[in-house]
Amino acid sequence: MRRGSASILTYALLVAGTAVFLYPLWWMVMVSLKTPEAAQAATVEGGFAAAWVADPQWSNYPDALGEMGSGAKGRGFVDALANSIVITVLTTLGTVLSSSLVGLAFARIRFRGSRGMFLVMLGTMMLPAQVTMIPLFILFRGLGWVDTFLPLVVPAFFGNAFFIFMYRQFIAQVPEALLEAARLDGQGWLGMWWHVILPLTKPVTAITAVFTFIGTWNDFLAPLIYLQGDDQATLSIALNSFRNQYGGITKVHLLMAASLTTMVPCILLFLAAQRQFIEGLGKGAVKG
Amino acid sequence: MATIELDRVSKTYPPDVRAVHEASLSFRDGEFVVLVGPSGCGKSTLLRMIAGLETITGGRVSIGGRVVNDVPPKDRDVAMVFQNYALYPHMTVRRNMAFGLLRRRLHGGLRGLLFHGTARRRELADIDRRVLDTARILGIEPLLDRLPRALSGGQRQRVALGRALVREPQVFLFDEPLSNLDARLRIEMRAEIREMHRRTRATMVYVTHDQEEAMTLADRMVVMRGGIVQQVGTPEECYARPANRFVAGFVGTPVMNFVEGTAESGEFRGQGLALALPPGHWNERPSGPCVLGIRPDRVRVLPGSAEAPPGAWRATIRAVERLGDRTDVVLDAGQSRLVARVENDPRLVEDAEAWALPDLQALHAFRPGDDGTRID
Repeated sequence: MRRGSASILTYALLVAGTAVFLYPLWWMVMVSLKTPEAAQAATVEGGFAAAWVADPQWSNYPDALGEMGSGAKGRGFVDALANSIVITVLTTLGTVLSSSLVGLAFARIRFRGSRGMFLVMLGTMMLPAQVTMIPLFILFRGLGWVDTFLPLVVPAFFGNAFFIFMYRQFIAQVPEALLEAARLDGQGWLGMWWHVILPLTKPVTAITAVFTFIGTWNDFLAPLIYLQGDDQATLSIALNSFRNQYGGITKVHLLMAASLTTMVPCILLFLAAQRQFIEGLGKGAVKG
Repeated sequence: MATIELDRVSKTYPPDVRAVHEASLSFRDGEFVVLVGPSGCGKSTLLRMIAGLETITGGRVSIGGRVVNDVPPKDRDVAMVFQNYALYPHMTVRRNMAFGLLRRRLHGGLRGLLFHGTARRRELADIDRRVLDTARILGIEPLLDRLPRALSGGQRQRVALGRALVREPQVFLFDEPLSNLDARLRIEMRAEIREMHRRTRATMVYVTHDQEEAMTLADRMVVMRGGIVQQVGTPEECYARPANRFVAGFVGTPVMNFVEGTAESGEFRGQGLALALPPGHWNERPSGPCVLGIRPDRVRVLPGSAEAPPGAWRATIRAVERLGDRTDVVLDAGQSRLVARVENDPRLVEDAEAWALPDLQALHAFRPGDDGTRID
């Protein structure tokens, strides 16, 4: 009896929480389907008026993508999509490869100063990004990398403190005998990493990949700082083209339509990786 | 096939823990050697130094006449079977077994990328055939496409044996491979390993803490304690002529009975017991403080009602363990506790009086102390 009522209460709370979290998304969907006037009204009035749409304007979506960016009509979206994909894929790949490799080193290779280096690496997590922003810009300008994708992509190949930490903790759980077996089977450290460690750390890789992907895909600040050419804009920069020069938004329905479109890959990726997440939690818990 | 030479091999962990101290051993080509001893005696460390998984802090290890101190494990041509199997959990049985060969025969890295065409296909087919042959021998052919987690403990260990076997190495190393299996399976796998040795005639080094396993498997056994080799010999030698009191107590079940005391002109007295040391049994008859040892199956027990045979000790039966075909009797005699393994006899019951009669021709004598050496 107690259990029953407790679980009803639990579900009620969960539903309420979900509603709170989903409402903004719902609001975006609704506004993206309104006529320009209704959308403008909804943003001004807010409230329930924004939460439903009687005659969905599906044409808002092609219109929004057509107006996105500053290039020729329709080109803006395609360019920005390509840029986003290139940067995000490279960054994700770089982060996974480098973080797992460094994590393996910290977890398994005994070398002089490894502890100190690990602590320093953890320390970098405490630095707010704003602190390093200007020195980094000066560094990359010195390298002549401003106005290229390099400042956005190359750092990923040098690891990420948080993900390295996560890999290290996970790799430390891998039985020593497994690595010794691999050594006797003729593998060096790189071989062990590729053939044994990476397949066994799939859950960490899923988390690393999804977080990095979403973070990079949605990143606004770094592309804004380093990319200046119009043809280099990523999707998040291109969305900004819906603001007028005074910072106001005139076509809020199109902004919402375009924003929702750019969100799609992240949502799909999360759904695809969900199984890995849950498997990872289970696998960590049971030895075997 | 290869001989293994250990020349004063030592392993010291910082700051000053001696895991193995100056072990000098020589294993013949095709020999089955078992390293045995209580946990922490350095037997696994020694094995791992032969494998190359542990650095050698002193001495020399040679395999097949080549000093391998600085040779990485993969180039020593050894295969190892681990206690917890160490199968790659994400690979099928087939892939687990082929993994070492793939690396060896197809090359890794850049060379692997450049190694293409017919030669590569031929190698792959050959590897596949060898995996299949080995699987057939071990009876794991139906399991080839399963993942390790879908196998029972015994099946996993069979796969681990197969993974070692398929590589046809010069030397097989076993690190307590049967410890995770239940008793019945252990005996079955023991026969399997023995059979594997008979077929391959490879040099095998096997580590276990179980002296029975050691005795049944070994051509020769190496008894270790505290990082120091106590005795090297065939199981029969170690059993019949233990080099010191430790080996005497470690080899054989139930454990040998020891009585501490003093010998003087052919008479031994100690712990409330006395006996006449038979002349001619020793090159140099024990004299002064010493420890006598007698195996439980060389002690006869007669019911207390019987007439006292000459040289028998008065004893009280403390426990009777019936094993079916024989009985272990725990006795208190003098200030000693003795174990005797005797024929079944319904008159032997707990708390009864009895006579314990040691077989004087089967006495062992050791110098005093926990690891006193044998007196011949």
